[in-house]
Amino acid sequence: MSSANFEIKAYPEMWEELGMDVPRFEKARLMLGEAYSKTYLSQTNRPAKMAYFDEMISEIHGGRVKELLAAKAAGHPVVGTFCVYIPEEIVIAAGGVCVGLCGGSQGSVPDAEKILPRNICPMVKSAFGFKAGRICPYFQAVDFVYGETTCDAKKKTWEILDRLVPTYVMEIPQMKRERDRVLWLAEVKDFQAKVEEVAGKSIFEADLAQAIRVMNEKRRALQRLTGLRGANPAPISGKDALLIEQIAFYDEPVRFAAQVNELCDELAERVAKGEGVSEITAPRVLISGTPMALPNWKVHNLVETAGAVVVGEESCIGTRYFKDLIDENLPGMEAQLGALTDRYMKIDCSCFTPNDERIDQIAKEYRAAKAQGIIHYSLQFCHTYNIEEIKVRELCERENIPYLSIESDYSPEDVGQLQTRIEAFLEQIRG
Amino acid sequence: MLIGIDLGSRTVKLAAVRDGILTDFQLSESGFDPHHQALAMLARYQPRRIIATGYGRHLAHKHFADQVITEIKAHALGARHSFPECRTILDVGGQDSKVISLDAAGRVVNFQMNDKCAAGTGRFLEIMAGSLGYGLAEFGEAPFNSYREVEINSMCTVFAESEVISLKNHGSAPADIARAIHLSVVNRLVNMLNRLGMGDSLVFTGGVARNRFMVAALAEKLGMEVLVPEHPDLTGALGAALHAGTLD
Repeated sequence: MSSANFEIKAYPEMWEELGMDVPRFEKARLMLGEAYSKTYLSQTNRPAKMAYFDEMISEIHGGRVKELLAAKAAGHPVVGTFCVYIPEEIVIAAGGVCVGLCGGSQGSVPDAEKILPRNICPMVKSAFGFKAGRICPYFQAVDFVYGETTCDAKKKTWEILDRLVPTYVMEIPQMKRERDRVLWLAEVKDFQAKVEEVAGKSIFEADLAQAIRVMNEKRRALQRLTGLRGANPAPISGKDALLIEQIAFYDEPVRFAAQVNELCDELAERVAKGEGVSEITAPRVLISGTPMALPNWKVHNLVETAGAVVVGEESCIGTRYFKDLIDENLPGMEAQLGALTDRYMKIDCSCFTPNDERIDQIAKEYRAAKAQGIIHYSLQFCHTYNIEEIKVRELCERENIPYLSIESDYSPEDVGQLQTRIEAFLEQIRG
Repeated sequence: MLIGIDLGSRTVKLAAVRDGILTDFQLSESGFDPHHQALAMLARYQPRRIIATGYGRHLAHKHFADQVITEIKAHALGARHSFPECRTILDVGGQDSKVISLDAAGRVVNFQMNDKCAAGTGRFLEIMAGSLGYGLAEFGEAPFNSYREVEINSMCTVFAESEVISLKNHGSAPADIARAIHLSVVNRLVNMLNRLGMGDSLVFTGGVARNRFMVAALAEKLGMEVLVPEHPDLTGALGAALHAGTLD
C-alpha cells in the first residue's frame, strides 16, 4: 500500500450510534492516518504480508468494531481489558471477545486531566480520557471493563472509570507465594463467573480446552515472529513487529494467528536468502520496559530512523504477552484453571516483588535476539518499572551490554532530546 | 581544511582545523534562522569536509554538511584534544547538560543528559541572571562577593524565578542570591556526575564553563581538579572538525 492512498476508514453513522464525539474523532482519525503513513508506509523493503496489518489499521475504527458489535448482538460478551493478567482464555471459552482498550495517545490526555490528577501515568490518563471524551469506539462497544490492581494509578482510576462504564477489578497479588496463588485462582474463578453471567451460559471443560488451544496458537505465532527477528539482517523492522504486537490485543485471535504465520513464512524465506530490512551492520537494539500502546511508536521510530533496528520488545506489548503457554492436555476444569493460573503467575511484571526472573528474561531475550544494546523505556510516573530499571542497568553493567535508559510520556516535546540520546547510544554501539 | 559546526540552542559555533590544529573559529547567536546563520559563517572557507553537530545537525546535513555526529561524541573528541587523558566530561550548554564517560581509548562508554526541561542548563542561569539584573559575565563573578548564605530549592526555571523574587523582597543581597542559584545548579550537576561515577579529574566544556564561579564551586564540591579547555564553548565544533579528519 502506498502512503498516498492510505486512510483510516470513516464510519460516522456507526460512531454516532455508539454515542461518540464524532467531529472530534474525525480529526483524530485524520491525524492517525497521517502518522501511520509517515511512520510506517515510508519504510522501504517491507514484507508484502504486512498488507493485512495495514488493513487492520485502516479498519481500526470500523471493520473490527463492526465485528465486536455483531458478536454483542449475537449475545456474546465483549470485555475490555488493560493488562496481560486478565485471562483471555475464559472470555474465548464463553464465546466472547476480549479487546485491549485504547491508551497510547497524547490526544486523550487533556480529557483525563479535567478529572484525574496530572502527575500520574500517561497510559492511565490516556485510557481514561478516551472514555471521558467518547473518542474510542472500542470503549463505547464493550459490555464492561475488567481492570486489575497492578498499580496504584490504575486501581484508583477504575473507581472513577466505573461511573462511565461498568468496571470490575481483578486483584493481582504482589508476591508469588503459595497463598498468593490461592488468591489468584479465586480471582480467576470470579472472573469466570462474571463472564458467564454476561454470556448467559456456563463454560465447560471442552470450551476452555478449545480456548486454551486458540490462545496458545496465537502466542506460538508471535513467538515464531520473535524468533525470526534474531536473524541478521533482521527480516522485519522493529516498528512493524511492534505494530503486530499491538494489533494482537484487538484482532480476532484465530485469524490473527494465521496471518502472523503467513507473514512468518515470508520472513523465513527472507532469512534463508539472507535478505532483510536493514544493512547487516545496522546496530541491533532490544527494548525493555513499559508497554507501548497503539499508536505509541515514538522510541522505535527514533531508533530506526537513526539507522538501527529494534529486534525485540521485552514488554507487556511484546514477549511478556506470549512467552508462556498453557498445557493443552489437562483433564477437568480444576486442572485447566490451575494450569491457567500458573501460566499467568509466570508473568514477570514489575508490580511483583521480588521480580528477578524479569532480569533473567531480559538477558535471555538479549542473547536470543543477538542484540548489541538495550534501551530501557519507562513511562513517567511508572514507579515499579522506573525503580526496577536499577536492576536492568546493573545487569547491563555486569554483562558489558551497552545501555540507555529513557523515561518519557506521549507528548512530542522531548523528541529532540531523545533523538540526541538515541543517536549517541548508537554511536557508542558502532564504536 | 576541515570544518566542524555546532548548531546549538543558543549559539552556532564553527571550528576550522588543519593538520589536527585549530586554525580559526567563530561563534554567533543562533537567531531565528540557524541554517542561514551557519551558511554566512561558512562563506569565507573552502573546506574539504563539513561535519555538523548540535541540535541543528540534521538541518545542516539536509542543506550543506557532509555528515553529522551527536554532541556527545563531538564533546568527547574535542575534550580529548585538549586533555588527551580525560575520562569524564561535563558539558553544560544552553539547553542541555551532559555527563560523558570515556574508556582509556577515548570511546564513549556511558552518558547522562538532563531531563527535558531547562533545569541545570545555561538557559536557566541566563534567566536567573536577568531576573537579578546581571549581565552573564558579571553573574559568574558576583558570588565571589557573597558573605551570607541563602538557598534556592527549586530547579524549575519558573519556580526558581519566583524564589528569587521572594528573596529579593526579603532584602537578600544580589550576590548572595547569585551564589545560591549557582550552587543549586552545581548540586544538580554533581548528582548527575555521581550517577555515572568518575576518575580523579573532570573536563568541563560548553558555554557555562566560562563562568568562573561554576568552575570553582564544582571543584570544591567534587574535591577534584576541574579542567576547562581554552575555548570551552567550541569543544563540540572542534570535535566535529576532528572527526572530519578521521574519515579520510
